[in-house]
Amino acid sequence: MSSVKIELRKDQIEKIHSFCDTFNNAHGELINVLHKTQGEFGYLPAEVQEVIADKIDMPVAKVYGVVTFYSFFTMTPKGQHPISICTGTACYVRGAENVLAEFKKQLDIEVGETSEDGKFSLSCLRCVGACGLAPVVQVGEKTYGRIAPDDVEEILKEYL
Amino acid sequence: MVNKTQIRIALRNCGLINPERIEEYISEKGYMALGKVLTEMSQEEAVNIIIDSGLRGRGGAGFPTGIKWDYARKSVSDQKYVVCNADEGDPGAFMDRSILEGDPHSVLEAMAICGYCIGADKGLVYIRAEYPLAIERLNIAITQAREFGLLGDDIMGSGFSFDIEIRYGAGAFVCGEETALIHSMEGERGEPSLKPPFPAESGYLGKPTNVNNVETLANIPVIYLKGADWFSGIGTEKSKGTKVFALAGKVNNVGLIEVPMGTTLREVIYEIGGGIREGKKFKAVQTGGPSGGCLTEKHLDTPIDYDNLIANGSMMGSGGMIVMDEDNCMVSIAKFYLDFTVEESCGKCAPCRIGNKRLNELLGRICEGKGTEADLDRLRNLGEVIKDTSLCGLGQSSPNPVLSTLDNFYDEYISHVRDKKCPSGVCKDLMEYFIIEENCVGCTACARACPVGAITGERKEPHLINPEICIMCGACMEKCKFDAVILK
Ligand SMILES: Cc1cc2nc3c(=O)[nH]c(=O)nc-3n(C[C@H](O)[C@H](O)[C@H](O)COP(=O)(O)O)c2cc1C
Ligand code: SF4
Repeated sequence: MSSVKIELRKDQIEKIHSFCDTFNNAHGELINVLHKTQGEFGYLPAEVQEVIADKIDMPVAKVYGVVTFYSFFTMTPKGQHPISICTGTACYVRGAENVLAEFKKQLDIEVGETSEDGKFSLSCLRCVGACGLAPVVQVGEKTYGRIAPDDVEEILKEYL
Repeated sequence: MVNKTQIRIALRNCGLINPERIEEYISEKGYMALGKVLTEMSQEEAVNIIIDSGLRGRGGAGFPTGIKWDYARKSVSDQKYVVCNADEGDPGAFMDRSILEGDPHSVLEAMAICGYCIGADKGLVYIRAEYPLAIERLNIAITQAREFGLLGDDIMGSGFSFDIEIRYGAGAFVCGEETALIHSMEGERGEPSLKPPFPAESGYLGKPTNVNNVETLANIPVIYLKGADWFSGIGTEKSKGTKVFALAGKVNNVGLIEVPMGTTLREVIYEIGGGIREGKKFKAVQTGGPSGGCLTEKHLDTPIDYDNLIANGSMMGSGGMIVMDEDNCMVSIAKFYLDFTVEESCGKCAPCRIGNKRLNELLGRICEGKGTEADLDRLRNLGEVIKDTSLCGLGQSSPNPVLSTLDNFYDEYISHVRDKKCPSGVCKDLMEYFIIEENCVGCTACARACPVGAITGERKEPHLINPEICIMCGACMEKCKFDAVILK
C-alpha cells in the first residue's frame, strides 16, 4: 500500500462511517460503499480502507482485495485535470496509441501517474461509446474527438 | 443511419420517445405485454412463447432465452432473482448503453415479465459505473414505473409483485461473465466460478437466478405483442430476429445499426457503412470483441448469424463490429486484444493468467522482429491449450483473435518473422528510413543531421541510408524539405 501516511480528520472518518451505515454495514454492499467513498475523497488510500474494514467488520485484506480487483477504484489521487485516453478498439484502429505516446512525452509521465505539479494525470479508458469520434480523449468532463498527436499540445495549453 | 436493410426491434423506441417520460413509452404500447402476460397467461404459456420465438441471448453465447427461463422456472426455491446484465465490457460496443439511455422501460418491462415467468419478485440491473447517463435514466424509469403501479406490489391487480434495484460495476471486463457478475453483486471480487451449478439453479445469494443481456430483454415485450411467429419469421434458420451492431473503425458511416440475422457482412460494410474511408482497401472485420476473431474478404458474403460466425473462427459476442483497412497490421491487432485480455484476466486459473501472458509475449517478439517461424506454431498450440483448459468464457475465447488472424492472415505473420517486415507499416521496429531517389535533390541536409553518419551521397546526387548504421532517430525525415525520406 502507499508509503505516505495520511491522517484522516474526525469529520472524514464520520463521513465514511455514515456511508457504511447507509448500506447497513452489509458485506454485500462493499462495492457501493467504495463507490460512495471514492466519490467523496477522489481515491481510496489505505487509511480509508482501514476505516471501512473496521466499521463493517471485515478483514482489511478483503477490502484491499476488492479495491485492487476493480480498475474503477484507485489508490492514488488523480491530477487536477485527469486526462483519459480511450484505447477501445475503434480508437486503437484509428491511432489512439500515437496520441497516448504524445501525451506521455509532453507530460513526461506514464499511464496511471500524476504530473509533479499535480495538474495532470494520465489514464486509459476502454471505450466511452463515442466510437464515431475516434480517437477520443477526455480531460475532466470535456471530450475531444478525432484527435491526432499534433493536437496534443493545443489541448494541454487550454489547462495551463 | 436509415437504410432499407435495417429493421428496428430492440432499438424500436430509441431516439423516437423521450426516455424520461413513461407516458411516451406507454403510448407506444409500453407495458401492454406485461399486462397481457399477467392477465392472460400461465407461467408456462408465457415461457413457451419465448421458446417458440427462437430468441437467443444477445450477450455473447447465444443461448436460447426461453429454455433458460424454463430452467429457472422449474428450479424450486422460496426466492428467485432476475438479473439484467448491463456490464457491456467489449471495448467498441455501446448498444446496451444506447438501449438503456433511449428506452429504459422496455428493459424494465421485460424483467418484470421474466420475473412472472420464473417466479421471481426481485430484479437487479448490474450496470457499469462508466455509464452515468444510463444510470440516471434507469433510476428515473424505475421511479416512474413504481408511481404508475407497474413495479412494486400487486402489479395491475394481478397479485404479482416485482421490484428492481440497481447494482454498479467497477470496471472489470470479466464481471460481464454471469457467475463473476453475481459474485460482484454480492460485494466480492468478480471472479467466475465453475458451471454447473448454473445460475438458474444457484445464483445470487445461492438462489435461482436468471441472467439476461440488455438487448435480449429489449426484444421481449414486442414478441408478446406481435407473436412468436412474427419474430421467428425474421432471420435465419437457427438465429431469429435482429442484431444490433456497433459499427466502427474505417468505414464512412459509423454508429449503431440493427439488421436482421442473416444479413451479409458486405451489406453491412458497403451498403449501410458506406464503404471504406478515403477509398482505401478493405482488409478485415472484427466481430465479437476480445473473444471474437477477424474475418476477411472471403467471408464478406457469409450471412451473419451465431453459427456462421463461430464456424468461421469468430463469434457474435455482444455486437462490436470493427472494420479495418490496409493500414492496419493484423499482428498488432491480435496483440491489441491480447493486451486487453491479459489486463482483464481475473487470474483465478493458470491457463488464462499465465498462458495469455506468454501468448502476448510471443506476439510482442514478432512485432519487434525477433519472432521465428517456430513461434507461429507455438502461438497456435498455446492458443488451443488456453481455449481448452480455461475456467470461464474469457480464457476460453481469448486466443480467438490470434488464431483467427493466423488462419486468415498467415502471410502477414510470415512477413513479420521471415522478412522482418510489417506490410502495413505499423510495427515500428520493423521499419526502416528510406530515401526516395526521385524526390532527393542531394541537398545534404539529412546527411548533416544524421548523428551516426548513416547517410552517404554526393552533393546534388541522391543520398542513401545505411540501415545497418541507422538508429531510427528520424532526424533525417524531419530535416528533409522534399519529402524524400520515408518510413517503410
Ligand atoms: C468474459 C465474458 C464477458 C462477458 N460480458 C458480457 C457483457 O458485457 N454483457 C452481457 O450481456 N453478457 C456478457 N457475457 C455473457 C454472460 O456471461 C451471459 O452469458 C449473458 O449475460 C447471458 O445473457 P443472454 O443469454 O441474454 O445473452 C460475458 C461473458 C464472458 C465469458
Ligand atoms: S479464464 Fe481467465 S478470467 Fe476466466 S476464471 Fe480463468 S483466469 Fe479468470
